[in-house]
Amino acid sequence: MAIHLTKESRILVQGMTGGEGMKHTRRMLASGTNVVGGVNPRKAGRTVDFDDREVPVFGSVHEGIDATGADVTVVFVPPAFARTAVLEAADAGIGLAVVITEGIPVHDAVAFTTYARARGTRIIGPNCPGLISPGQSNAGIIPADIAKPGRIGLVSKSGTLTYQLMYELRDTGFSTCVGIGGDPVVGTSHIDCLAAFEDDPDTDLIVLIGEIGGDAEERAAAHIRDHVTKPVVGYIAGFTAPEGRTMGHAGAIVSGSTGTARAKREALEAAGVTVGATPTETARHVLALLRSGA
Amino acid sequence: MDLYEHQARELFEEHGILVPRAEVTDSPRGAREIARRLGGRVVVKAQVKTGGRGKAGGVRPAADPAAAELTARRILGMDIKGHTVGKVMLAEPVDIDREFYVSYVLDRSAGRFLAIASAEGGMDIEEVAATRPEAVARIPVDPAEGVTPAKAARIAEAAGLPPQTVDVLVRLWQVLVREDALLVEVNPLVRTAQGRIVALDGKVTLDDNAGFRQTRWGTEAAEHDDPLEARAAALGLNYVRLDGEVGIIGNGAGLVMSTLDVVAGCGARPADFLDIGGGASAQVMADGLSVILSDPAVKSVLVNVFGGITACDAVADGIVRALDEVRLTKPLVVRLDGNNAARGRAVLDARAHPLVEQATTMDGAARRAAQLAATT
Repeated sequence: MAIHLTKESRILVQGMTGGEGMKHTRRMLASGTNVVGGVNPRKAGRTVDFDDREVPVFGSVHEGIDATGADVTVVFVPPAFARTAVLEAADAGIGLAVVITEGIPVHDAVAFTTYARARGTRIIGPNCPGLISPGQSNAGIIPADIAKPGRIGLVSKSGTLTYQLMYELRDTGFSTCVGIGGDPVVGTSHIDCLAAFEDDPDTDLIVLIGEIGGDAEERAAAHIRDHVTKPVVGYIAGFTAPEGRTMGHAGAIVSGSTGTARAKREALEAAGVTVGATPTETARHVLALLRSGA
Repeated sequence: MDLYEHQARELFEEHGILVPRAEVTDSPRGAREIARRLGGRVVVKAQVKTGGRGKAGGVRPAADPAAAELTARRILGMDIKGHTVGKVMLAEPVDIDREFYVSYVLDRSAGRFLAIASAEGGMDIEEVAATRPEAVARIPVDPAEGVTPAKAARIAEAAGLPPQTVDVLVRLWQVLVREDALLVEVNPLVRTAQGRIVALDGKVTLDDNAGFRQTRWGTEAAEHDDPLEARAAALGLNYVRLDGEVGIIGNGAGLVMSTLDVVAGCGARPADFLDIGGGASAQVMADGLSVILSDPAVKSVLVNVFGGITACDAVADGIVRALDEVRLTKPLVVRLDGNNAARGRAVLDARAHPLVEQATTMDGAARRAAQLAATT
């Protein structure tokens, strides 16, 4: 199983013919992902050769779905065109749109996440590394060779912290790792992933990585307390971040007394989550819990 | 990016919202002339991007142009919560009958904007919301529909605002959307003794991600108080200066924030946040090192890179080239892990710089950098 992405997933890449799109489509294919087509209205009808694998380019997401039965799209188009691209994907009825693009204006994210939700399209991102179900499929830019398949589920606001934790736990392995993105408005929350991991028979334990800004982690804590029976190990970044400063991610900002790392850690601990002080200690907690058979 | 009050006022005016007549200056002499143009009696207001100006003495009335000059002289250069006052705005006084509060803010958890309005304006809205929540209306706005006159009427009614405020609520939404703002706030929105609705003070936060289609404020609004931050920004670096002694460079916002925390956990204080991103080219590494090394408070530097897409040997090449370009004056601890880490470490070993040492784990690297900062 895994969540949101399996070996059956058929993936389109919007912006496949651009620099980033080409680079990461090649990587996705190399890790065995079933990329069935690209979308670019100006290059429709052509094919792109990725190391002997011919990938067709379609004029629209709609055409791509009709021709291939695609159910996932990965969006690499630049910020100025991302809104149109995601609205198009939702209109075409795609099940999952993974928006990698960094730097999308918040008003655009508000518009396309609201629109997609009403049409039953799940958005992951924007400003995210995507998601990977190791050994099955890889939708986005997470390096496929960090960790092997296994029974840990991971959900994170941060790409590099996802990589770090995957690396620390590479021999134990993961069912699915989801990078939900560091922007103020994202389509999929920690809670959405917690609920999916709770229902996934192939996930035994969940790692939740958060960072300063907003109250997504506090809400996740309440959800864990009420609805999650599997063990959850947490990590929060940004204890030393000053108030009012954006720390790299557009959404990583402490505003007044809200969004602090301390409040997030306390909320998670109150919900029974073991929270690590460093990424390495977090990984040790995971291993200890798995060994104890919790 | 926050705008100054006078910039917010300008935006409101352009969108047809009534504001007091006002002008900005950076000199007491200028203040005298502006006061004369505005009819003599004015309010002199410090232009700083922080709240609590009034309490700090940054907002004062002046009875005539001579008093305006004196008052401006007192306010200019003042320090308000760490912000130095560089400009004052002089505004004509307004005869206030009633004060209201209106704003549109981003509701992150709901992923949409929220109208917040109250008939109790003029004070700290968070305080009103905490003590008398029923006095503050909070109404979500559907992004597709926006704030129509009908919607604005519902907001006004819920908050107990007079019907004349409906037009302002609609125009304020237009400011939010057309300017790609994340926050527009008018506090207070006043009804004058003559019955007009005037935006007396405002706050606008713009979306930095919308810079490609909102170019009017340029670098003026994004100015940096800190010289190192200004230099880093000019180099295109994602840098925040802090007040510690361990300089920090890493790749990815989450990992860098985490590195700061781990260093703090070792009893040292981080001197900065610097995310060199996924690419981490030699040039970016050299630029980053040069900014951090020019901070006199820095005693040691920690480079923490996890090679995900970027290979560690490429990062190591970058560090080696940076060492040729920047004279290293403080000890540098490097931790490389992930993709091609062994080759990356070998590249640094081969360079054998006397001030560079390597650590194999993030926690170990942080401990070592903290130790070096304490003994250097």
